[in-house]
Amino acid sequence: MEYILIFITAVFVNNVVLSQFLGICPFLGVSKKVETAMGMGAAVTFVLALSTMVTFLIQKYVLDAFGLGFMQTITFILVIAALVQMVEIILKKVSPALYQALGVFLPLITTNCCVLGVAILVIQKDYNLLESVVYAISTALGFALALIIFAGIREQIAMTNVPKGMQGTPIALVTAGLLAMAFMGFSGIGA
Amino acid sequence: MSNNNSLGKVFFNGLITENPTFVLLLGMCPTLGTTSSALNGMSMGLATMFVLICSNAAISALKNLIPDMVRIPCFIVVIATFVTVVQMAMEAYVPALYASLGLFIPLIVVNCIVLGRAEAFAAKHNVISSAFDGLGIGLGFTVGLTCLGTVRELLGTGKFFGMTLVPDSYGSLVFVLAPGGFIALGYLIAIVNKLKKK
Amino acid sequence: MLNQIILEESNMEKLKSTLPNMLLSLTIICVVASAILASVSQLTAGPIAASKAASLEAAIKEVVPEFDNKPTEEAYMAATSDGDSLRIYPAKKGDELVGVAVESNTQKGFSGQISVVVGFDVDGKLLNYSVQQHSETPGLGSKMQEWFRTDKNHQSVIGRTLTADGLKVTKDGGDVDAITAATISSRAFLDAINRAYSAFKSTDMVSSATSTKE
Repeated sequence: MEYILIFITAVFVNNVVLSQFLGICPFLGVSKKVETAMGMGAAVTFVLALSTMVTFLIQKYVLDAFGLGFMQTITFILVIAALVQMVEIILKKVSPALYQALGVFLPLITTNCCVLGVAILVIQKDYNLLESVVYAISTALGFALALIIFAGIREQIAMTNVPKGMQGTPIALVTAGLLAMAFMGFSGIGA
Repeated sequence: MSNNNSLGKVFFNGLITENPTFVLLLGMCPTLGTTSSALNGMSMGLATMFVLICSNAAISALKNLIPDMVRIPCFIVVIATFVTVVQMAMEAYVPALYASLGLFIPLIVVNCIVLGRAEAFAAKHNVISSAFDGLGIGLGFTVGLTCLGTVRELLGTGKFFGMTLVPDSYGSLVFVLAPGGFIALGYLIAIVNKLKKK
Repeated sequence: MLNQIILEESNMEKLKSTLPNMLLSLTIICVVASAILASVSQLTAGPIAASKAASLEAAIKEVVPEFDNKPTEEAYMAATSDGDSLRIYPAKKGDELVGVAVESNTQKGFSGQISVVVGFDVDGKLLNYSVQQHSETPGLGSKMQEWFRTDKNHQSVIGRTLTADGLKVTKDGGDVDAITAATISSRAFLDAINRAYSAFKSTDMVSSATSTKE
């Protein structure tokens, strides 16, 4: 039950992009086509689950154990960067097909702030390992959901006649605002 | 070209021509996440500016000692160090601000502006002009965040830097909440685009 | 002269990307970085602890009547009815217990933990409260620091004498008006208050007051 609650809250109520403002750069940058949005969503889910697990264990068994709390930011970002590199290399060798699909998105993920954000949040929220992983995966799914919906809307916008001054980013941001408003309707569920 | 001119050029390039918020559209997460009030936005901008100046200067000083293939991890370590310094200093001396900015302070590490400037400017220029580039870009970011924060605070609660201008009940709360952030930024960028064309 | 420094690129040779070079430079940078951080963290540890203590002391002063002891030094833990325990700070004037401050928290907030310091007098009347930390939605849940002390309709919780049932928002059959459009934050806030009361109840105030009298 608790895990379902974490899941629903992270995907809908506190959606990372639309209510917590994490991962906006890829949200605006990689959302012109539904297909690429799906690729990005899958890549983020994969990396987020893996990196949260690793950073959680490092926090508990290295940083906390030796009183090195002040190294948190530096360690986490290095671990995430290294993980992304490793995933890239392994994927290239093991599954070229998957690498073809996700490869281009992987380097972008290191600077996706929702990865580092979630790693720090699960420590702040005092989750245990399983809760952390559930939270990470749900957050990533929430990210993917927002990204894919947004990409779908943008494909439609591309075909309409937008006033000159609003073309490009401004109309995208206003659309995101309306989408965020729609997601506010979920607030109250599950709590 | 006189010396003042070239440093001034670097500075104004960051502040206006390549304004990170309105022109380059970088660092959107803190831009939207911390601008629920003008004060928060400005503080976030200043914290980022400090990190930018320090990391730009440090990376520029170290650029010849860093082999190309490991430059990104080295840059990240340098940036993360300064971010953690800012984080600890804020927790010690301005705890209220630290609490309201929260997660977004450690997230300066992954702000694309900081790493982007390290890669695009500091790695190719000397210490002084890199520091000036950090100052210009940082100030541009601060101005952007303060503008957005002021607009959202004014429309949302009727306050300006915490001072009540119009009574609370006239405020439209949605501007303080997430959707208003997106919409306000969208319109601000549209206005800047319009002004640029003139 | 300065002009030269600025425009002239240095002639220093860039290090080649050989394995020893890469390892060496990364290691050195990491070691220097951790040394800097370790010293800054030592430097700021004192001020951080001091500012936390100061805000706690200010909160205690705000929520209980005037006292002349040092509540933070006489703090003790008390169990709540849900199996947790909270820290209690007794405030005394002379030797008489005039009230207690309870450092309470709840996980039921809209987004994360809410910490509140709640003051009771010896009869269990709620004197005052001070929200220490929360991450509720700005403009909605964040109003709780003012909302529950405003004397309007059934908003205020100040001066109420709590019972074992605890306070509830009107939506749940209670008699406290929730913050408009922020029922979850309001419920969470009242949960923190109720937890504080249950910890306060579980201690035998009179005996603890006399035991320190000696």
